Amino acid sequence: MAKLPNQREETLGGYIVHGIPFPISTDEESLEFLKRMAPIQIEQEYKIKYLHSYGQDSPWFAALTNKRLLASRDPESGYTTANPRGHDMYSGAETKWIDITETPAHIHAFTVCYFGSEEFLPECPFVLALIEFEGVNTLLLTRLMGVDPAAPALDWIGMEVKPRFLRNSKLKPTDVYFVPSE
Amino acid sequence: MRPVYAISGGVSKFAKARPDKTFQAIIKEAYDYAIKDIGLDFPTFTRIVDGSVASYFSDHFTRQLMAGIMAQDYLGLCPKPGHRVEGGGATGGLCFQEAWKSVASGHMDVCVAYGFETMSHVETWKGNEFIALASDVSFDYPVGGFYSGYYAMMVTRHMKEFGTTVEQMAHVSVKNYINAFHNPYAQKSQRITIQDVRNAPMVAWPLTRLDICVMSDGAAAVILCSEEGLKKLEAAGAKVTRPLVKVTGIGRGTDAMRMADRPHVDYDYFMENYATELEKSSDETRAYYKKLWDHGTRYPGVHSFRAGRAAGNMAWKHAGIKDPLHELDFIELHDAYTSSEIQTYEDLGLCRYGEGGPFAESGKAFLPNIDYGLKLKDKPVCAVNPSGGLIACGHPVGATGLMQGVFAIWQLQGTIKTHFRDDQLQVKDAKRGAIHSHAGTGTYVSVSVLEREG
Repeated sequence: MAKLPNQREETLGGYIVHGIPFPISTDEESLEFLKRMAPIQIEQEYKIKYLHSYGQDSPWFAALTNKRLLASRDPESGYTTANPRGHDMYSGAETKWIDITETPAHIHAFTVCYFGSEEFLPECPFVLALIEFEGVNTLLLTRLMGVDPAAPALDWIGMEVKPRFLRNSKLKPTDVYFVPSE
Repeated sequence: MRPVYAISGGVSKFAKARPDKTFQAIIKEAYDYAIKDIGLDFPTFTRIVDGSVASYFSDHFTRQLMAGIMAQDYLGLCPKPGHRVEGGGATGGLCFQEAWKSVASGHMDVCVAYGFETMSHVETWKGNEFIALASDVSFDYPVGGFYSGYYAMMVTRHMKEFGTTVEQMAHVSVKNYINAFHNPYAQKSQRITIQDVRNAPMVAWPLTRLDICVMSDGAAAVILCSEEGLKKLEAAGAKVTRPLVKVTGIGRGTDAMRMADRPHVDYDYFMENYATELEKSSDETRAYYKKLWDHGTRYPGVHSFRAGRAAGNMAWKHAGIKDPLHELDFIELHDAYTSSEIQTYEDLGLCRYGEGGPFAESGKAFLPNIDYGLKLKDKPVCAVNPSGGLIACGHPVGATGLMQGVFAIWQLQGTIKTHFRDDQLQVKDAKRGAIHSHAGTGTYVSVSVLEREG
């Protein structure tokens, strides 16, 4: 039987304290006592907004908003990466865009995240998958929908999948996700 | 390059949180221990040491840029040369090697490598987010940035391709937790079973909480020196343990940040560029690999760490090692996940690709004379993570690779009992060991070989 949690998750937050106990006089004995004090801990906020550029990869995101999935291909060798890549890692040459929206795709690997980073906690459990495409040399990391996160199975690997696109683009790689083809 | 000796080290107690001290003072615990262990006082060592390398992973965790110089200042090392090294989870291993370079190149005679991380300053889920920012923020992080998820995907592929089981992974956790039971520096001290591992809360299928290392606060320091440096230290009164421990092999490798971008090479390319010397020389192994490739295996894909193989091959060549399993007495291996320890057995050539699972449960990587409560088929051959590794000791990122260095020095000096007040974890007559440091999904990997002289 699975063990039930017997400890509450710790969170920050609490009361603002004005004034902390301190010796009335700073004689030698009192100052020595300070060495035995528990540490003071305060909360500090760190919040920042970045203007992030997708640079040469921008057309990949533009394609998602138009329900197309692009990949990058070396014009000479034909080496194709599912993730956008401005220059091929073997030849160093500038790549060209190809459309892989209709390319047959399968699950290469996956997991179900029951826990995660703060930003994604509200979405747990969610399924991450690496997708392989016919004629494409590398994989694509994506979200997988349409499978039961409570019943993961290795048999999901090899499953044929197809892309689905958000109607309202967020200009993020999650504008595309995959679902079983059936 | 000239000979480099690893003469001393210190580790702070790794803990979930160390609010009692600032990061500088935690580093000083480890630093002072290393100095005291060679019998010098602080001012004498400060006079002789030529410089330092600082190791910490994340500016986010400290909410402090330039933390390295703050440590340098606190340790009284200004104005001597120093710099910070960062390479994700491999930061500590890279720091060790940078200090080695400083001495081997002749730039310094005595160099101290120190590292730390204080990960308790944020809540666990925020810590996960900071760590996940070490994945591509345009393409990987936004999809659900979570390193346990990334490693879980790698192991589902390993399971599918090679038949690796969750029970085999749990063997790694049981081994490392029970080893750490005898290590007073370890964050976790508990005896666990295979069932405990599987019954622990699921984090990212199939990895449970006991398959995954924890976040920690902690620090470690290692002192490296040349023969000239040793003479200077001993002339000043240092009592350096004999036989000396020498660094005899250095290796590093890298791979694509987005694991999805890693290649899937064919059999011939693998054999020519990545196979170990031992694998290349065996007809049986070549046939074994041919069969794997005929069934669809491609390398490294996401089931293997090409950077780990590159680092291992380079370090073994440097140290003159052909058969690491039988020529090393122990390895302190970066087991951020039980699955990655299994994958790394293969990368380092302790077994063939695809055989990491059976190797994990064979007993070959266990210590003799410790009761693991398991039926193990084989006798111990090369102890992997005799300290308890990251899974049980904790993983204060910038300190971890240096912690491995310290434990390796103590193993080779034969001084585990002195430092642990328990000799259960002392590898008998240890002559040669390796430390392996690994950054997220295998982007940077370092392997260093340490050897007892004489």
